[in-house]
Amino acid sequence: MTNLLTLITFLSLIGALILVGFLRGDDEMAQLNAKRLALLVTTATFLLSLAVLTGFDPSDPGFQFVEQGEWMAGLTYKMGVDGLSLPFVMLTTFFFPLTIYASWGVDTRVKEYMACFLLLETLILGVFTSLDLILFYLFFEGGLIPMFLIIGVWGGKDRVYAAFKFFLYTLLGSLLMLVAMIYMYFDAGTTDIVALLNHQFSYEGFDVLGWHVVGGAQTLMWLAFFASFAVKMPMWPVHTWLPDAHVQAPTAGSVILAAILLKMGGYGFLRFSLPMFPVASDIMANFVFWLSVIAIIYTSLVAMMQEDIKKLVAYSSVAHMGFVTIGIFAANQQSIDGAMFQMISHGFISGALFLCVGVVYDRMHTREIAAYGGLVNRMPIFAAVMMLFTLATVGLPGTSGFVGEFLILTGTYQVSTWTAFGATTGVILSAAYALWLYRRVVFGDLIKESLKSITDMDGREVTFMVPLVVMTILLGIYPSLATDLFGPTVEALVENVHTALENAQAAAVQLAAR
Amino acid sequence: MSADYALVMPEIIMAVGAMALLMLGAFGGGERQTNRVVWTSAALMAGLGAWIASGDVPQGSAFNGDFVVDGFSRFAKVLILFSSALVLLLGEGYLARREVLRFEYPILILLATLGMMMMVSSGGLISLYMGLELQSLALYVVAAFNRESPRSTEAGLKYFVLGALSSGLLLYGASLIYGYTGSTRFEVIAHVIETEGVNLGVTFGLVFICAALAFKISAAPFHMWTPDVYEGSPTPVTFFFATAPKVAAAGMFARVLFDGFGHAVAEWQQVLVFVSIASMFLGAIAAIGQSNLKRLMAYSSIGHMGFALVGLAAGTEAGAQSLLLYLAIYVVMNLGVFSFILSMERDGSPVVKIADLAGLARVRPAHALAVAVLMFSLAGLPPMVGFFAKFFVFKAAVDAGLAPLALAGAVASVIGAYYYMNIVRIMYLTEPGEPLELRVNWLHNVTIGASALIMGVGWVPYFGGLGVPEMALGAAQALLR
Repeated sequence: MTNLLTLITFLSLIGALILVGFLRGDDEMAQLNAKRLALLVTTATFLLSLAVLTGFDPSDPGFQFVEQGEWMAGLTYKMGVDGLSLPFVMLTTFFFPLTIYASWGVDTRVKEYMACFLLLETLILGVFTSLDLILFYLFFEGGLIPMFLIIGVWGGKDRVYAAFKFFLYTLLGSLLMLVAMIYMYFDAGTTDIVALLNHQFSYEGFDVLGWHVVGGAQTLMWLAFFASFAVKMPMWPVHTWLPDAHVQAPTAGSVILAAILLKMGGYGFLRFSLPMFPVASDIMANFVFWLSVIAIIYTSLVAMMQEDIKKLVAYSSVAHMGFVTIGIFAANQQSIDGAMFQMISHGFISGALFLCVGVVYDRMHTREIAAYGGLVNRMPIFAAVMMLFTLATVGLPGTSGFVGEFLILTGTYQVSTWTAFGATTGVILSAAYALWLYRRVVFGDLIKESLKSITDMDGREVTFMVPLVVMTILLGIYPSLATDLFGPTVEALVENVHTALENAQAAAVQLAAR
Repeated sequence: MSADYALVMPEIIMAVGAMALLMLGAFGGGERQTNRVVWTSAALMAGLGAWIASGDVPQGSAFNGDFVVDGFSRFAKVLILFSSALVLLLGEGYLARREVLRFEYPILILLATLGMMMMVSSGGLISLYMGLELQSLALYVVAAFNRESPRSTEAGLKYFVLGALSSGLLLYGASLIYGYTGSTRFEVIAHVIETEGVNLGVTFGLVFICAALAFKISAAPFHMWTPDVYEGSPTPVTFFFATAPKVAAAGMFARVLFDGFGHAVAEWQQVLVFVSIASMFLGAIAAIGQSNLKRLMAYSSIGHMGFALVGLAAGTEAGAQSLLLYLAIYVVMNLGVFSFILSMERDGSPVVKIADLAGLARVRPAHALAVAVLMFSLAGLPPMVGFFAKFFVFKAAVDAGLAPLALAGAVASVIGAYYYMNIVRIMYLTEPGEPLELRVNWLHNVTIGASALIMGVGWVPYFGGLGVPEMALGAAQALLR
């Protein structure tokens, strides 16, 4: 099976084409068929990706399952996974069947809805598996289209505004990245990511309009990539599209957005910014630390005052992603391991939290915190599940949330004490907003008339929650499950970055001595 | 001499066919024959297109090098012939419903197409002018084809007056070139420039010719006629303007610059860089405020020609390849979009307002999806094939050391993305207004569907770009030989 990655990536595109091209009618039978087909295709993709997981050798830091071929007009088609991308591939294939199953209740334009999700899966998987710059850009940008439609068509009240905001923000960020990519191709003469990882981009400073650019071309390219990834991440202050998009998106859209799309930014930093522009990353590390610490504290405070459950969870995502960026640019084994772990665990936890919100929203059609209270009286299972994920988001030891934050904080402490200190206050704040949310929604007496007849989670809802509960606890008590997967790759990455930095320093010393 | 005739055989067949059909129309019962003339013309063009595509036509140059048949002309002619044939058939129903379908219409289209074939095969300034005028005169008449309508008449007249002006510029430039190089044939002109260098007279002539050709492909700042002509002409005619003539004019542009002035790249490169930047930004910005779909597509075509010229400005083989690729992709997208615009009706009369598309996704989900894909592709959003059209011209520009041009193009395409997205927004995110009728027959549906499908999944690596990039490369190599 040499074309396994291609098959995984494009299987859902084929599913989407079948849905659009061959499924006729809009009656209940057709709707059910659309849902079944989507579930079937995404499940098959997940099973195929398990084959990659079992065949993957974690001790090898290089790319595996590599496929290479002619594309067209001199472009190369190259795919492969390493320890950095495989966890995200698995996360994606794992989440799509769940979200499709969680959207069983959708009844408007079901066929298009499912087709959008299948298309989205192809594009997301492509981002994580492509090893060619142009191919990567294609998938990275392409994800905008289905996401625009998902928010815009199936979203809430202000969906058009949210869809355009999401679209323009991310498009603007990506534009700068495209320009940097063209320059990289110009400089290195190739678009092969593996070759680019070994290419040394110039870091000699030069002047632009009287400003001295420290780090030269590397810094400029780093900034261009940063513009794109920071928006996707999202980092403060370009995070404002996220709460809008989340609030307006349908539940499944929110889950995909939080669990997978946000990880593209972190993956981009690890795949491009850090290894390709190590000197620039070193120079800009403090800048990232500042932004991230502000993000953690500021968005945690903002989250605390939200009246909308989804918005609260969305802001908490921004805070958690702040940890990830700190971890990545602290650039040591522990911190990057932590960042990877945090991204995976955040995928499970925030995805689950959005599903929890979806559960009560489907019943009450409101997301206002004030409309709830005392749910534990009528929904014991829901209360238990939500408590687990609330505690996981706080970072309780024993859940996956703890491992990531702990690794990041210990790793960062070695590099920058004040950053670790600032980030740690975020842990306290997260306990404040998450537990307060939980108390207001779940605990207390059930006094609201409208909630008197609310029912607990049904079989379908329990079914899609179980895997998430299992993964959150499993990763919490046995983190090696994930760290073994990406550990060796991270080790090689850290080593490369440090070697590059030492070389740069040695060159600078030599230059000064001359 | 007989070898010369073998080379121009497709053109001879076209000319004889057009005249025979004219006789049939004039003496064979007039209007009753219209339908037959339309189908015969389309079959004639499609047949010739298939013949040329098959590669059985001999290659070489005829009439002392004034007429060239090579890989480049083959690529352009196939594109021109097939799109003309398709446009003719797709527009027939529209014209018949407006009661303006006369047998002269297909014959004029045939003659215009013949002119275009001549343009892309021209090996000298005389044959170039002949082809250009044959095409333009036919186009002036079809623009005013709905003679009852003042808008259409105005469009025809405007096009004619400005077209005549540009022809004058071209002739003036050609006379300067002839005066300073001593020949009208590209081969000799290129040789003179190579040996003696470029003098002021040649540069002057070149600039005049570039201005005239920029007019023909509606590139800024010579674009003023485009929105009015696009809006005023009957929609099938607008459809025609947006497809084959663009290919022919851009192909001719490439012919002149590469064959005749291939050794004076530095002289024309700066002109083209300016023209393409101006077109890209004008097309992107001016389209935002439009409420009429035909006007919007006019500005869109100005913008797209700007992008295509980026490839030409590179002045390299990869640049010529990217230009041809861009044209092919652009024509396929326009075939789909205009097939749709053509069939928009309400209460039996055509509507072309963007607002008329409101909520189309509810009423006609399949058509809305296809149009949305085409809009994404026109906007150049990955992964649609339209992105690759832009990507290849930018790549060629960067390779040729014109990175700032590529940067400007990237900025313009983001601005332009807004108005294409706006159409998607209106189709998908607004409530349906008054019901819109789509007068589509099977051919429209097939064209819209096929064009959307190619744009939507043509990039999938398995298809290898359907072999089109290789064909374009072969054509570009022939041009630069």
